[in-house]
Amino acid sequence: MTARDWLEEIGKAILLTVVVFTYLAVVTAMLGVYLERKISGWIQARLGPKHVGPQGLLQTIADTVKLLQKEHITPRQADVLIFNAAPVLVAVAGLLDWVVIPFGRLGDRVLIVRDLNIGVLYFAAMASLTVVGILAGGWSSNNKYALLGGLRSASQMLSYEIPLAMGILWVAMVAGTLSTVGIVQAQSINRWFLFQAFPFGFLAALIFLAAATAEVNRVPFDLPEAESELVAGYFAEYTGMRFALFQLGEYAEAFAMAAMATIMFLGGWLEPSLPAWLWLGLAFVAVVVVVLLIASPHMDAVDVPPPAPGSTTESVLESAPAGGPAQSPDYRIPHYDCTLMVAIARSSKPDARGPMPGG
Amino acid sequence: MPPNVVVDWLYVGVFAIVGTIMAALPLAVVWLLAPRADLPQKTLTYESGVIPFGQAWAQFNVRYYLFALIFVVFDVEVIYLYPWAVVFRRLSAFAFVEMLIFVLILLVGLAYAWRKGALEWV
Repeated sequence: MTARDWLEEIGKAILLTVVVFTYLAVVTAMLGVYLERKISGWIQARLGPKHVGPQGLLQTIADTVKLLQKEHITPRQADVLIFNAAPVLVAVAGLLDWVVIPFGRLGDRVLIVRDLNIGVLYFAAMASLTVVGILAGGWSSNNKYALLGGLRSASQMLSYEIPLAMGILWVAMVAGTLSTVGIVQAQSINRWFLFQAFPFGFLAALIFLAAATAEVNRVPFDLPEAESELVAGYFAEYTGMRFALFQLGEYAEAFAMAAMATIMFLGGWLEPSLPAWLWLGLAFVAVVVVVLLIASPHMDAVDVPPPAPGSTTESVLESAPAGGPAQSPDYRIPHYDCTLMVAIARSSKPDARGPMPGG
Repeated sequence: MPPNVVVDWLYVGVFAIVGTIMAALPLAVVWLLAPRADLPQKTLTYESGVIPFGQAWAQFNVRYYLFALIFVVFDVEVIYLYPWAVVFRRLSAFAFVEMLIFVLILLVGLAYAWRKGALEWV
């Protein structure tokens, strides 16, 4: 290849980045937030947003403009560099997922940024990158709630990463390729992988969906955010546009997971009776709605393991076997959370609070 | 390496770099547009409305660190499974049995770790 070819490729890549990023910001994040509010409104017999624009469609745009005017507050004790880098990292990780996701077919061209030969493996790798940003954001805030949210997110990633990879692995075994386009084409010869080798297709799809929901921290796996106990978890200290970037990354990844489920189990864009883009869009929206929106606000969250019966905060701290009669204390804060609180209390002297703010 | 693969990763690289710039752009816009008023109360970390007690950067026991170590082993195992899965259909039954033995060996290790209590939360 000549230098001119390289430059052309780089130019095309930059253009595609801008297009995909804009798509993520406008379609997944803005429309996703709107749909989430509207659908959970319907389910809970409320109206949801309805005043800005027809049916409240412009509500999220108004919210974004509002967020642009909000002050960025950096906590005094935060690690400024990491604190600022974390939301960007989460957003970029969400963006990188979309390199291997085909958007449909135009004539005989597949609309995909780049058909990597290790497509789904790359996808799994990029999807687990988000947790680095979340952990960085949680830690650098120097806020106890944020730190706990970040640590919970990491533990959740550790727990569900392997099931996610296993679900993808099954598809790779059946399709005999890792490329996303190849997987869709393999389904044109056979049929949807969902119905392939019954019941294993169903099993793989279920495992993938459950693990994907956990990876993107949606209810019922929303422990890292757990609004009722951790305020907002890892982004408790983030304001304005930095908060919006976290949301963008989260929605980009959630939609990428739904797109991946469509591609791997629902035949991608292949459906003889409908045009390619229509089927891909319908199946994709169905997965998003079912998994991410309807399931979301109406399930009880899974819980961090409660303390063993009879253990007290002190016995947990010393890691000593809990003696004495079983008291079964009714902790609202789960186990390791309260150990953090006690560790902090012990490591800081009572006078370490510093002077009262404002003199 | 065929240039096609290089171009693939060129795209990924450009996505990472240009994506970072685009994600940082709104932060720059905010820096230009948003008001700034430094009040000492505002930059305190949030702690349910009281003045924060100490720092969040205390040493404490991450309860799941043993689990995290086991996770690394199994994550690497999954990476080994991928190339096998791609050519799975072209392999003989012998290769399948071989992979079963490989997974079995790891499962014995998992059972050992389980027995030793590495999977317990506390």
